[in-house]
Amino acid sequence: MVFNIQPKQKVFLTSLAVVSLIATACAGNQTTTSQGTGNSASPAATTAPSNLSGSVLIDGSSTVFPISEAMAEEFQKANPNVKVTVGSSGTGGGFKKFCNDETDITGASRPIKPSEVELCKKNNIEYIELPVAFDGLTVVVNPKNEFAKCLTVPELKKMWEPAAQGKIKSWNQIRSDFPDQPLGLYGAGTDSGTYDYFTAAIVGKEGESRGDFTASEDDNVLVQGVASDVNGLAFFGFAYYVQNKEKVRAVAIDGGNGCVEPSAETISNGTYQPLSRPEFIYVKKKSLERPEVEAMAKFYINPANANLISEVGYVPLPADIEQRVAVRIAERKTGSVFEGKGSTTGVKLKDLL
Amino acid sequence: MTLPSQAFQDDSLDFKELKFFPDLPKRYKIDSVFKFASWAAVVIALSVLSILLIEVAIDGLSMINWQFLTSYPSRKPADAGILSPIVGTIWVMVLVALFSFPIGVGAGIFLEEFIADSFLENVIEVNIANLAAVPSIIYGLLGLQVFVRWLFPLTQGRTIISGALTLTLLVLPIIIIATREALRAVPGSMRQAGFALGATRWQVVRDIVFPQALPGILTGTILALSRGIGETAPLITIGALTYVAFLPPLSLEGLHSTFSVLPIQIFNWVSRPQQEFHLLAAGAIIVLMVLLLAMNGIAIYLRNRFQITR
Repeated sequence: MVFNIQPKQKVFLTSLAVVSLIATACAGNQTTTSQGTGNSASPAATTAPSNLSGSVLIDGSSTVFPISEAMAEEFQKANPNVKVTVGSSGTGGGFKKFCNDETDITGASRPIKPSEVELCKKNNIEYIELPVAFDGLTVVVNPKNEFAKCLTVPELKKMWEPAAQGKIKSWNQIRSDFPDQPLGLYGAGTDSGTYDYFTAAIVGKEGESRGDFTASEDDNVLVQGVASDVNGLAFFGFAYYVQNKEKVRAVAIDGGNGCVEPSAETISNGTYQPLSRPEFIYVKKKSLERPEVEAMAKFYINPANANLISEVGYVPLPADIEQRVAVRIAERKTGSVFEGKGSTTGVKLKDLL
Repeated sequence: MTLPSQAFQDDSLDFKELKFFPDLPKRYKIDSVFKFASWAAVVIALSVLSILLIEVAIDGLSMINWQFLTSYPSRKPADAGILSPIVGTIWVMVLVALFSFPIGVGAGIFLEEFIADSFLENVIEVNIANLAAVPSIIYGLLGLQVFVRWLFPLTQGRTIISGALTLTLLVLPIIIIATREALRAVPGSMRQAGFALGATRWQVVRDIVFPQALPGILTGTILALSRGIGETAPLITIGALTYVAFLPPLSLEGLHSTFSVLPIQIFNWVSRPQQEFHLLAAGAIIVLMVLLLAMNGIAIYLRNRFQITR
């Protein structure tokens, strides 16, 4: 019996082989038929409420992702023939793809860096920078922590600067009237735009901090860390604080003009400094010639969609800034108002636009 | 430890001097200690697994309903579903199976039956063993450069076919190794019987060795695919998307459609601030697990089917 394949088996094996052959052949065929079409737009149906069709490729920061997802969802409801896809490969990863001509719009939780400006220039990618929302980096402590109600920027710097490594270990080294309790630090992973911005704002140099803190790319882990460590301190996006108000307490920040609690209002009017930061999208100028991309870009900053931004935990831009941003799209104003310096802190968006 | 039989063959030792103590109580004691240790290992492994499963089930089971399975992802947890990730996962897995089975099994047969014990085989064997241990994100970087960028005219960038080809690379070494193990388990006397009857090497492989090894090959293949189904890192690297609110057309054009898969959707939901999304992630984990169990079920079914007919 062992020496022959049963007829049944033979049929099965042959069909398996045929199917795989067909699949490979088809994959080959596809090359010739769709080569050079660029996007895989399906023929537009005429019955749709809007006549836009095509596709919009969005990628970039995972911080901006919830905003882009909400925008894409509503935009597709209004324009069912447009395929909007959103990825989240991080601010840096997003710019790499964007400057390599692979995406139309990329989200960023910090302004474009000089190295990224270079990369885009090399590939002849012109872009328009659009702030779409505000986020406030929130410094939080355990709810049982009674003493740290407000911290100044120099105090935070003392905690986080590279020189603090191995030396600043106790709360009373930060301020003498704090108790002598061990300091537990939790922060965003060093690859994130959040880390870049926090270090630029607090330490003064982007990407430099002590190394002996618990780092995680997942902000929920940081929430867990502080919630279970009475002496813990962490920083993360405002949205994570809002969702975890019963587990952690926000610390007011004194940026030189008194203590300011993070809230939608203080973040939006720029008084929560220096940890209030704008979130951006960068739109490729060439893609803006396609009506669906232009409509998508305008959709982001349409005041009627501001509620989407607050719904996902961010702070919408004030109406006057939104108008100025809209002008940038209309005028096709390329380049960055931050002149490619990377994270810039303590500036008001209004003055720059 | 020297076994008595070995000592017996060794002329330099006088076997009369070897003393054998049949200390049965002690040996039975060691027996039971080992048995207990084995049991403990099983219990620990299973209880960790069941704690995980129970926790996920408590969080996720209430999330799974028809609406969850048939809606697209959404910013509103109540409206969110996993239709596009499920369909993406199925597309990718079917393609990976179609690509990796013929190539992997073919390579395994070639190495084991046609160039066994040659220098070339040794070189390839070492390389394949190394490839099987390469972290999956490296395959993602390779896929990004080769399939997404260089082969853009073929794959149209970050599409289902790019993802499937990347995962094919990832699972191929495992399939090749499993195939070779299955072929090695076929007794050499069967091959010799075939040759003695005048069969060519190809006839021996086709009619004798391969049918014998098929159940093992299928099991290995499905296990490899099960690894592929849970991979996130390489797909994120090649640029599989997180928010996709349409399905690939059920035609060849679907190969060039952008896509998302379940592990990416789970990863995204777990990292969101809202507790509701964490529950949705638990629901998606259960769905992924059911898909995985279904695949393993198919593996067991195929194995039994081919074993019975033999």
